Amino acid sequence: MPAKAAGAAPPQYVITAENLTKTYGDVTAVDGISFSVSAGESFGLLGPNGAGKSTTMKMIGGVAQRTSGSLTIMGLDPEQHGPEVRAHLGVVPQQDNLDEELKVRDNLLVYGRYFGLPMSYLRPKADELLEFAQLTDKAKSKVDALSGGMKRRLTIARSLINEPRILLLDEPTTGLDPQARHILWDRLFRLKEQGVTLILTTHYMDEAEQLCDRLIVVDKGRIMAEGSPASLIREYSTREVLELRFGSERNASIAAELEGIGERLETLPDRVLIYTNDGEGALEEVSGRGLRPLTSLVRRSSLEDVFLRLTGRSLVD
Amino acid sequence: MTEPSFTEDMTGSPTAAPPLRAHSPEVSAAKARRWGAFYYAEQVLRVMKGYGWSIFLYSVGQPAAYLFAMGVGLATLVDTNTTSVFFGGVSYIAFIAPALLISAAVMTAATEFTFPVMDGFRWRRVFYGPHASPLTPEQIAGGQIIAVTCRFLLQSVIYFVIVAMFGASPSGWGWGSVLVATLAGLSFGLPLMAYAASIKEDKGQFAMVMRFIVMPLFLFSGTFFPLDTLPVLVRWIGWISPIWHGTELGRVMTYGYGESPVLTIIHVVFLLGLAWLGWVLTKRQFVRRMGQ
Repeated sequence: MPAKAAGAAPPQYVITAENLTKTYGDVTAVDGISFSVSAGESFGLLGPNGAGKSTTMKMIGGVAQRTSGSLTIMGLDPEQHGPEVRAHLGVVPQQDNLDEELKVRDNLLVYGRYFGLPMSYLRPKADELLEFAQLTDKAKSKVDALSGGMKRRLTIARSLINEPRILLLDEPTTGLDPQARHILWDRLFRLKEQGVTLILTTHYMDEAEQLCDRLIVVDKGRIMAEGSPASLIREYSTREVLELRFGSERNASIAAELEGIGERLETLPDRVLIYTNDGEGALEEVSGRGLRPLTSLVRRSSLEDVFLRLTGRSLVD
Repeated sequence: MTEPSFTEDMTGSPTAAPPLRAHSPEVSAAKARRWGAFYYAEQVLRVMKGYGWSIFLYSVGQPAAYLFAMGVGLATLVDTNTTSVFFGGVSYIAFIAPALLISAAVMTAATEFTFPVMDGFRWRRVFYGPHASPLTPEQIAGGQIIAVTCRFLLQSVIYFVIVAMFGASPSGWGWGSVLVATLAGLSFGLPLMAYAASIKEDKGQFAMVMRFIVMPLFLFSGTFFPLDTLPVLVRWIGWISPIWHGTELGRVMTYGYGESPVLTIIHVVFLLGLAWLGWVLTKRQFVRRMGQ
């Protein structure tokens, strides 16, 4: 990000949400959240399943009506100006909804037509996007012949057909193998470099750390914390974490004997976490107390630890 | 990404080819607001093209088989044993031809307005892709209807040509039965589409519709014999049936069936009214379901 000049104009927000709320009957899916996203920013919503991330994305995408609060996309209310708002967006839904009866390239052409784009633009653009998504050799294949990762890349390519300046990605890599995830991250990172604003929901902490400039941690429809991945880790966790496993029967009982080591202790069913700025030193102290864990691991703190601290629960249930 | 290519302009100086650019979101939104339903219809027609041959063979095979069987089989028997007055002064094959044409459109409606709708909302969720574009739920519903209407027209034209080849449309207005068949298809299909859009889970409802709605309507709508030959107790099935209203109108078109003009108007109003009601309910259902 370029350094801000003194007296520079405030960032221009492309998305602004104030007390955004969505209820389904008695269930409150999104509970009065407020946030803003600047142009070119990569903004994440991190939270477990059912936290209200997808519902928030649907409201931003102008396909679900809010119950209360205000929301503007490019200065427009998506409920009043649905087509105008959606014309600015590229959307990658959580569940692929490609047209499996059409060929790969035809999916791009057809989708582009929904934006009123002429074939003279769409034909070369489809080829360019297939190359971007590394699917050129699959152009004439039927969609159902593609792997999960390829379908996801095609969905991303499809979302770019109208050259959107804002891309909404709802759990873009859920269900993909590690290699497919890394290819996708690479493609998304390139878009970010091109200045596309990315709005991303995920329950993968590594994905959020890789792709997001700033994120909100969401749980039960509410914002628990907001900031960059590094600042959140700094604020809500320690530099390192010592993970100890004594066996599922013994973790809880041994936790009492670990009191006083590190800054904070978290006992989970399968392991004990010691939050400290010196993981190796903490491990030595554990050994010094005559305790012999089955396994031990010193690692850097992650957003998973932030989430655990804020909610007392793990991100992936 | 490829390097921009260079071309010579009129003055002979090299200029870069303009980069590939989409028009602005504002233009996209304006175009979608105006033509969105047709954009979606284009997609449905592309998908239909994938099974175009089966549509064509169905469109040709069904009338040919029915008319041949009825023409050389049943019609011979019927025409020998009854007076033509019983069938409005025309041969039996001319009597049933418009009924078969209309029934074929209604049966296509029973297929095209059920499974693809369930597919769009539930199975492959194909309606949700365009819903993220500038298209509105009403336009997605409208596009589906436009595309199916195209299929009704194509199928009915083929049917009518075969009917004419069998000499079963003596009137010069026979071609009008193509429009009547299309209207009957919409009149039956649009309320059914609204119902299909309301179904959250497939529990065999569409098979029930075929067995307990489409087939009784086909059999008791004056298709193979005049409605007034049926006992009064079951005649109401015809009165509420788009097949009967369409068939009677079709007969007016293909052989100048002499019914009261008031009745002809009632047929048109009934078919248009049912189609309109179906459209209103379908729109409401699409907006409600896609806005959740």
